[in-house]
Amino acid sequence: MNYFLNEEQKEIQNLARKIAKEKIEPLALEYDESQSFPWEIVKILGQSDLFGVFIPEEYGGLGGGVFEMCLVVEELSSACGGIALSYAASALGTIPIILFGNDEQKKKYLPRLATGEIIAAFALTEPDAGSDAAAIKTQAKLDGDHYVLNGTKQWITNGGEAFINTVICITDPSRGARGSSAILVEKGTPGFEGGKKENKMGIRASATRELIFQDCKVPKENLLGREGQGFLVAMKTFDQSRPGVAAQAVGIAQGALDKAVAYSRERYQKGQPISNFQGVQFMLADMATQVEAARALTLQAAKTIDGGEKNVAKISSMAKLFASDTAMKVTTDAVQVFGGYGYMKEYPVEKMMRDAKITQIYEGTNQIQREVIALQLIKESVRRKD
Amino acid sequence: MKIIVCIKQVPDTTNVKINPETNTLVREGVESIINPFDMYAIEEAVRLKEKYEGTVTALSMGPPQVESALRESVSLGVDEIYLLSDRAFAGADTLATAYTLAAGINNLEGADVVLMGKQAIDGDTGQVGPGVAENLGLPHITDVRKIEEIDGNGYMTVQRLLEDGYVRLKVKLPAVLTVVKEINEPRMPSLKGKMRAKSKEMKVWTAADLDIDKERIGLSGSPTWVTKIFTPPKPKGGKIFQGETRDTVSELLDELVKGGIPIKRGGGK
Repeated sequence: MNYFLNEEQKEIQNLARKIAKEKIEPLALEYDESQSFPWEIVKILGQSDLFGVFIPEEYGGLGGGVFEMCLVVEELSSACGGIALSYAASALGTIPIILFGNDEQKKKYLPRLATGEIIAAFALTEPDAGSDAAAIKTQAKLDGDHYVLNGTKQWITNGGEAFINTVICITDPSRGARGSSAILVEKGTPGFEGGKKENKMGIRASATRELIFQDCKVPKENLLGREGQGFLVAMKTFDQSRPGVAAQAVGIAQGALDKAVAYSRERYQKGQPISNFQGVQFMLADMATQVEAARALTLQAAKTIDGGEKNVAKISSMAKLFASDTAMKVTTDAVQVFGGYGYMKEYPVEKMMRDAKITQIYEGTNQIQREVIALQLIKESVRRKD
Repeated sequence: MKIIVCIKQVPDTTNVKINPETNTLVREGVESIINPFDMYAIEEAVRLKEKYEGTVTALSMGPPQVESALRESVSLGVDEIYLLSDRAFAGADTLATAYTLAAGINNLEGADVVLMGKQAIDGDTGQVGPGVAENLGLPHITDVRKIEEIDGNGYMTVQRLLEDGYVRLKVKLPAVLTVVKEINEPRMPSLKGKMRAKSKEMKVWTAADLDIDKERIGLSGSPTWVTKIFTPPKPKGGKIFQGETRDTVSELLDELVKGGIPIKRGGGK
């Protein structure tokens, strides 16, 4: 399908594809096995300016938006969903600074994020606050010129690796969700530490850690937006980043589809390639159709956001929901096409199936996405009756 | 520091096919790339620039389509690009090519370091680097696997790859170096570099722009003639020994002795 990319978008896509093929794919299984953080690849992505595609030009980026970010994430994910996540999670940590940062904050961090010199993380989830984000307990108390942070964040992607962390904390416990704020915390700040690295089913090249705050003093200037805007920051950030997760899912699915098609032509049974069998053909046809539909929805969501549409929660959630369910289905079918070999770690589709699963869970479970979509439908219906 | 890197555009031979009847390369549909060895030279030139400050100029000789290779070099960090292009240059062998490139370098008023790959993957001669150096009257070192340092007195220390190790050499700049793939890992292009590459002005010089002897360029300056290109026939026959190594080695030795090769068998168990 032709998405009529402009010259610059084509360059971005081609470069991301080249890096995925030449630099990421050969190392994907190794990183999956070792669970080490892919700094080597992050450096290449930085030097190639790919971290800058969605950062405004005045802050050292290339001035693109969510659409360009999605192009990169999809290509990288087709080679390794875990390595791609390190890129996408840095975007997730960068978006709140782009959306809510003041000029000083933007000048301080965005140029370094654009070159990949530093990466970012976004910290909302806590042990008892996942889908129920309003239940977070991490507190930030204003004390003179500083906020003092106490609490623990959980399952933070790029945690412990990121230099700049957008942390959602409670600044006014009496106001519930309206008493939350987004605060920027730099790596190395006394009282801030990365906890143990999680041992995950998939996306194992990415680092997932706890962030532990113990009387961590952060300058007052690190407040993002205003006090009480914490959840607004989180929700607006997720609206923009969800297509990124969708693009990751599309990439993983496309990677699995490509492998399945190639394998079906190589694998001979009963004296002929299994691609001759209609049972396999129908599977491949369905997989390809689903991937294309997921990509179309993802890129349309990205375009809608970049176009300045105000309420993007519904399309953003739809893209994330549909693409991640597609990735799970397509990677499962890819393993099926590979048969017994597909179940073996020596073959790439087993990892892709593990990598796909998380896309249905994080950045809002697919059940939460359905809630968001349904809520929007009801709201729209109510408004129409007015 | 002024660095010139000489590059060649070649067919991507990893995908190339030979027409068995004419014994020539099937060029249709084969992508043109920068000679892979020259990619290491570009990377090393850019690294020298980053370390010692200066400019990197890429120079190539060839038909107009070489422009794409030169532009690609800009996306990898090259600052200026020059193409030597003229029908009179066509058909050049390594002697005429080295002469013409040297004239181009003279037109650029020389450089502190001239870099290129150790050879091109289409011709595999490895003669152009030394040839350019001779024409310029400069020292040269081939097969450089590492540039260690440039000292305050203008001496460069390099490691030259040998079959079973390397030799450390010191050379007074200006000099010509040819590099091997062990020297670095070329970087990926950058998006900003790609945009620069699009708008970069490329200077084209014809024979008339160079201070040269017309008899020494192109076909007339080329004493080498390719009379025939052929694919070496695959060796036929042969014998494969299968089984335990100890037994197969013994069988092999017996066979060799039988074939008239004098081998003294040791005692062994």
